[in-house]
Amino acid sequence: MWKVGFQTVLAPVLTALLYLLIFSHVLAQHVEVYLGVHYTAFLVPGLMMMAMLQNAFANSSSSLIQSKITGNIVFVLLAPIAYWEFFAAYVLASMLRGLVVGIGVYLAALWFAQPPLLFPIWIILFAVLGSAMLGSLGVVAGMWAEKFDQLAGFQNFIIMPLTFLSGVFYSIHSLPPFWQALSRFNPFFYMIDGFRYGFFGVSDVSPWASLMVAGGCMLGLTLLSLGLLKSGYKLRY
Amino acid sequence: MALWTCCRYAVTIPLSLELFNLIPPAIDVRQARKRYGQLQALDGVDLRIEQGEFFGLLGPNGAGKTTLINLLAGLALPDDGQLSVLGHDVVKQYRASRRLLGVVPQELAFDPFFTVRETLRLQSGFFGFRRNDTWIDEVMHHLDLTDKADTNMRRLSGGMKRRVLVAQALVHKPPVIVLDEPTAGVDVELRQSLWRFIQQLNRDGHTILLTTHYLEEAEALCTRIAMLKHGRIVALDSTQNLLSSLAGCRVRLKLAGDLPATLLPQVVEQTDGDYLLTLPSYQALESMLAELRLAGVAVQEMTLQQPDLEEVFLRLVGRTVQ
Repeated sequence: MWKVGFQTVLAPVLTALLYLLIFSHVLAQHVEVYLGVHYTAFLVPGLMMMAMLQNAFANSSSSLIQSKITGNIVFVLLAPIAYWEFFAAYVLASMLRGLVVGIGVYLAALWFAQPPLLFPIWIILFAVLGSAMLGSLGVVAGMWAEKFDQLAGFQNFIIMPLTFLSGVFYSIHSLPPFWQALSRFNPFFYMIDGFRYGFFGVSDVSPWASLMVAGGCMLGLTLLSLGLLKSGYKLRY
Repeated sequence: MALWTCCRYAVTIPLSLELFNLIPPAIDVRQARKRYGQLQALDGVDLRIEQGEFFGLLGPNGAGKTTLINLLAGLALPDDGQLSVLGHDVVKQYRASRRLLGVVPQELAFDPFFTVRETLRLQSGFFGFRRNDTWIDEVMHHLDLTDKADTNMRRLSGGMKRRVLVAQALVHKPPVIVLDEPTAGVDVELRQSLWRFIQQLNRDGHTILLTTHYLEEAEALCTRIAMLKHGRIVALDSTQNLLSSLAGCRVRLKLAGDLPATLLPQVVEQTDGDYLLTLPSYQALESMLAELRLAGVAVQEMTLQQPDLEEVFLRLVGRTVQ
C-alpha cells in the first residue's frame, strides 16, 4: 500500500476533499439536514465512509485482478496458505487501506468542519464493518473478473451507484417516498447512516438496524468469498 | 545445504515408515486425471519418482506436462486420482506437500513493485520464514543475482527474471524441486550456470523434476525420463534404457554395389553409393550384413551413429520436436 501511497491514500483523500469543497460551498447555505448540524459537518462522515468503502473494495479487487493478469498470483497459490488465510490477508489489507483513507479524509476535513464524535464505538464499528464488507466484495469481484474492463464495470455499475445513492450527500428523508423506500434496499445506506450516528447521535434509521443489515451483508459476503476460495473458483483451474 | 536436507527429511518422514524402511517416494502420482472442457489433459497418469532422482518429463506441447505439474503444486485440482509429495497428499495435506515442493513456473511472472530482494523476502514470508536473509543471500550468490539484489524486477532481463523464479522456488529450501521449462529463452551462459546449480542441488539430495524442450539437456541431466502424449505416459524408463531399447541405431554405409531391395525400407538418406539406414536395434546389424553378403555387395565403409533422445522422442510422439 505504501509503495503506491499517492494512488492508494493521497488521491482518495484529495477526491473526498474536492467533494467536500464543492458540495459545502454550493449547498451549505441552503441545506440543514439535521437540526443544529451544519451541512459541511454533515458531509464529513458520509465522505469518509464513501472513501473507506471504495478504497477497501479497490484494494482487494485490484490486487487480485492485477496478480491474475500479470501471473504473479501463482506465488501465493504455491504457498502453504489456507483459503481462509488468503481471504483474511486480502480483507485485512483492504480494511487497513480503508481505515487509513478514512482517517486521512477526517483529518483533512477538519480544516473545513469539526463534526462531533459523540459515540466513537459506533464510528469504529461501522468503519471496520464497512471496510471489511467491501474488502470481501472486492475479493469476490477480483476472483470473478478476468480483465480490468470487467472489474471497472463492477466498480462503475455497482459500487459507485450504491455509494452515491446511499445518503452520502443527503438524508433519505429528503427524498420522494419511492426513492426513500428504494434506498432502504441499499446496504451502503445503512453503513453510512450508522457511521453518521456515531458522530451526531442522529440517524435516518436505528443504528442497531443498520448494524444488523451491515453485519448480515458482511456475513453473506464472507461466506460467499470463502466458498469461492475453497472451490478454487477462477484461481485453481 | 546437504545437512539441512537430511534434517528436513528426518522431520518429514514419519518414524514408523523409517523403521520399516518404507521411505515415501519424492513424487507419487496414481491414476491422475484432469479434463478441461473437451480436452482430456491427463488421462490416468501413474508416476513414481524416488527421492534424489533427477527426473525428466518430456512431451510435445499440450501433452499434459504442465497440467501434471500444476496438479502437484496445487495450482489445479485433479478430477480423479491421488498425487503426493514425500507421502503428503497434495489435496488433503496441501500445507505439508507445498512446503516440500519448490516450483519454477514456466511463465515469466513477477511483481513489478518489488526489487529482487523484496520479492524473495515476500516469498519467504508466504512460507512462514520471517528472517531468511542469510539463505536468500546464499541463493542469490549461487544464481549470480547478488549484484541485482536491489534492482526492481521490471529492470531485469528475461534471463535474470528466470533466475529470480528459480530463487523464489528455493527460498523455503524444498527437498523436491520442479522446473517447468526453466531454460526457455535463456542464453547459453545463463543456462549452463543454472544447470550447474541445479546439479549441485541434486547432488545435495534434492529431487529434481524437469520438463524441457531441449532434449539434449534432458539426455545429459536426467537419470530417468517419462514421455507424455495426449495426457498418457507412453514411455517411462532410465535414460540409458530408453536410448538403447527404443532408439535403435543408425548406420551409414558406403557400398561397392546397390543396396538390396529388402533393405530399402530402412533407408532414410541416400547420396552416390552412401546410404543412411535406421535399424530397430543393434541386433538387427547382423541380419543387415547377412543380407548384403547374400546379395554379394561389399561394404567399403561403415559408421555407427549413437542414438539420441530426439530419436526416441520422435518415435514415441510421432511428430517434429520444437
